[in-house]
Amino acid sequence: MPIDSTEETSQRLARLMQTVEDLLKEAKQRGATAAEASVGSSAGLEISVRLGSVETVEHTRDNGLGVTVYFGHRKGSATTSDLSTTALREAVRAACSIATHTQEDPCAHLADAALMATDLPDLDLYHPWPLEVAEAITIATECEDAARGYDARIVNSEGASLSSHTGIKVYGNSHGFVAGYPTSRHGLSCAVIGQQGQSLQRDHWWTSARAPTDLTAARVVGERAAERTVARLGARRIETCSVPVLFRAEIATGLVRSLMSVIQGANIYRRTSFLLDRIGERVFPEFVRIHEEPLLPRGLSSAPFDGDGVATRSKDLISDGILQTYILDSYSACRLGMQTTGNAGGVRNLRVQMGELDRNGLLREMHTGLLVTELMGHGVNPVTGDYSRGAAGFWVEGGVIQYPVEEITIAGNLKRMYAGLVGIGNDCDYDGSTRTGSWLIDSMTIAGE
Amino acid sequence: MMMTDPVSIARRRILEPANLTDADLDRLLGMLIGPTVDAADLYFQTSRLESWILEDGIIKDGNFSIEQGAGMRVISGEKTGFAYSDELRLPILAQAANAARAIARQGQCATTRIGTVSHPQQLYHPIDPIVSLPDPEKIALLKRVDAEARRADPRVCEVVASVVAVQDTILVLADDGSLAADVRPLVRLNVNVVVESDGRREQGSAGGGARADLGYFLMEDRAMSFAREAVRLAVTNLEAGEAPAGTMTVVLGSGWPGVLLHEAVGHGLEGDFNRKGSSAFAGRIGERVAAPGVTVVDDGTLPGRRGSLNMDDEGTMTQRTVLIEDGILRGYLQDKLNARLTGTRSTGNGRRESYAHLPMPRMTNTYMLAGDRDPEEIIASVDQGLYAVNFGGGQVDITSGKFVFSASEAYLIERGKIGRSVKGATLIGNGPDVLTRVSMIGNDLRLDDGVGTCGKEGQSVPVGVGQPTLRIDGLTVGGTQT
Repeated sequence: MPIDSTEETSQRLARLMQTVEDLLKEAKQRGATAAEASVGSSAGLEISVRLGSVETVEHTRDNGLGVTVYFGHRKGSATTSDLSTTALREAVRAACSIATHTQEDPCAHLADAALMATDLPDLDLYHPWPLEVAEAITIATECEDAARGYDARIVNSEGASLSSHTGIKVYGNSHGFVAGYPTSRHGLSCAVIGQQGQSLQRDHWWTSARAPTDLTAARVVGERAAERTVARLGARRIETCSVPVLFRAEIATGLVRSLMSVIQGANIYRRTSFLLDRIGERVFPEFVRIHEEPLLPRGLSSAPFDGDGVATRSKDLISDGILQTYILDSYSACRLGMQTTGNAGGVRNLRVQMGELDRNGLLREMHTGLLVTELMGHGVNPVTGDYSRGAAGFWVEGGVIQYPVEEITIAGNLKRMYAGLVGIGNDCDYDGSTRTGSWLIDSMTIAGE
Repeated sequence: MMMTDPVSIARRRILEPANLTDADLDRLLGMLIGPTVDAADLYFQTSRLESWILEDGIIKDGNFSIEQGAGMRVISGEKTGFAYSDELRLPILAQAANAARAIARQGQCATTRIGTVSHPQQLYHPIDPIVSLPDPEKIALLKRVDAEARRADPRVCEVVASVVAVQDTILVLADDGSLAADVRPLVRLNVNVVVESDGRREQGSAGGGARADLGYFLMEDRAMSFAREAVRLAVTNLEAGEAPAGTMTVVLGSGWPGVLLHEAVGHGLEGDFNRKGSSAFAGRIGERVAAPGVTVVDDGTLPGRRGSLNMDDEGTMTQRTVLIEDGILRGYLQDKLNARLTGTRSTGNGRRESYAHLPMPRMTNTYMLAGDRDPEEIIASVDQGLYAVNFGGGQVDITSGKFVFSASEAYLIERGKIGRSVKGATLIGNGPDVLTRVSMIGNDLRLDDGVGTCGKEGQSVPVGVGQPTLRIDGLTVGGTQT
């Protein structure tokens, strides 16, 4: 079904809801005992400037449709980027054909009808930006100019990019649940290169929001990109040692993501997590609270219902340092003999309770150690918790930053790192759906010279 | 008789169902080009994918997917205008063409006609791997993999196996009127196992793939050997001790450890980073960046390999490009844009994830040529060090040159002998000088099993890597044992 970009949002929403209804009807006609479908449509503009000139202007326009059919406890699924009636029929046919080969899985079914979201609050997620290309170029140029003018050591640039997207998502299933809503997302980022002697360093900064008015000012984004780049110049290696490590706030989100991965249902029932059978047990020190707020107005990953149609709800994942729940969708909950937590599609807007100390306070608390501002690679083993990643940052002595550091690794085990968390700062200063201050870990192994 | 040349297949599969004629293509291309336009192209794609997944001993899910669309690109100087659509209707495509063309505002539209049809090489056949095996046989294959993994060791408690077949058909119309097409099959099989013993658990993964049909996995016992390899890795790691921390001599095994080359030098030699001066390798052609004897190539022409392409996504024939020759930096990887702006020629490395992404210089199969040392002699030469034979992924900071890659199977070397196994650890080094520390090169060049996917600026493309056994004097190992 063609979607005209000038069509009113409510009409587009109605049309996509109709597409979902059509898919469900088609599945039923083909004999499926149950079905679920999702349809998405989005459009946007992305522009980038580099060294004061336009580099790319991209107009994006994406459609997608997915359908899952159930024949008793056998399932099949299909996806396509084509929303035409023919493609829709073809997708249902393909999904049904697959379901003739998959096997009986007692957990292969829709979430309980009683769990479907009934109340769909307006989460204030839709703030389209009638952005002209010329205006976008002006904003990105202002951002890059601020970065390039920040310091004489900024000698080159990877440019600044501005993006603005709007989209509609609709989900429905054969319980009679069909719902959708429009969203928007805008972002600005900048990356520049600094030079000192022979050494080159690059760093970046960004802002991202549902409403254009919530974006950080272009000049500020540029200046922070430059400030971060300049701070890295003259980086050296350090000797292999074991010291406390402070993960700067935007880097600490990675430790939260690792936690989410190991408490996610699929990793629990596949036994690929070091936190099996740990609900109700202590994982962190007592001061740690991690809260999920899926219904946060304008939240970057807010949603009124999850990928199964189940109502989302706010909850503590960790309180008083104790693991409260796993992150479950309908399928993984069934596999574990538990109830879904409304997390099909993941967690939405995590809030790590801030502590008392600001960044300087945390540096003083650490006294001597490593402040990590960049991590490289994927060296996290969810089964054992073993952790080993490339890092860059700053060497700290007497609570004061001494010099930038690079070409080192940090290693430990997440179990011990979580238990050895000494403090969380109040210095959350970035845009993202996971918000935390910096994390101070008591001890890790640094490999260097 | 069915037409089997790629251009005919692409016309039949993409253009005919959308009722797009050559005259329509002429018109669209005419809208893109003009006096202020240096280059332009239209890229049509239809991609079909089928996957099956086995978990907990049963075929749990299968998915079929079709993605199609067209991307239009206009280049004026260093500026690129780009728009795409997943609807192949002429009015929508014309709208996209106008949006892309706005980057070079001045000037009238020009006219052009589809001229030459280029016939690229045939490193793989234009087959449809999805139908290359009947569905019941795909399922039987996964069940045999599951049984083989469980048979291999009683400690195996979970097996997840998947098989994926993709057929990607692309058609590129360039501003000179040249029309080129490629039909790209790609298959992949993966096995992940969890082993449990005395309360300790570990996992292991293995797999492979090629630009071939699914019969590839039935040949040479491949699927079953992936199952056994996944179990062997998991069991080895179950018994692994703490990895060492610090800078030491490292011997890298042959094959997949070639991810070293991909991260340490490959990305840094991509033309875009060098034109912009953001790579640690910028302006260093002709300089020594590796020890004598080190020769690294990027070769998109290896028959059937995962990273190979008959032509790149700009219609340029792929080739073998020497990056480093006997230790001296020789060349960069180029797409059309970066080649034109730096006064050189495309090396056939202009790749894009899909019609919805812009092309950029990307690697194909990147590997180091063999030396003359026996691998056993290399290990025997090391007094204390690490022997790393399997890796996960890696990452590089192009500008500082620092790169990482994560070992997933490694052993200590003690007095020239392979000792106890140690846990996975990340290795970190400096791209522009790591290859100057290569002190011995094995005679055992091997390419990986066909599992590599490279990410750059949010775009993923399949790639290959390879190398012989290498001794590197001084690489930092990120273990916990000081």
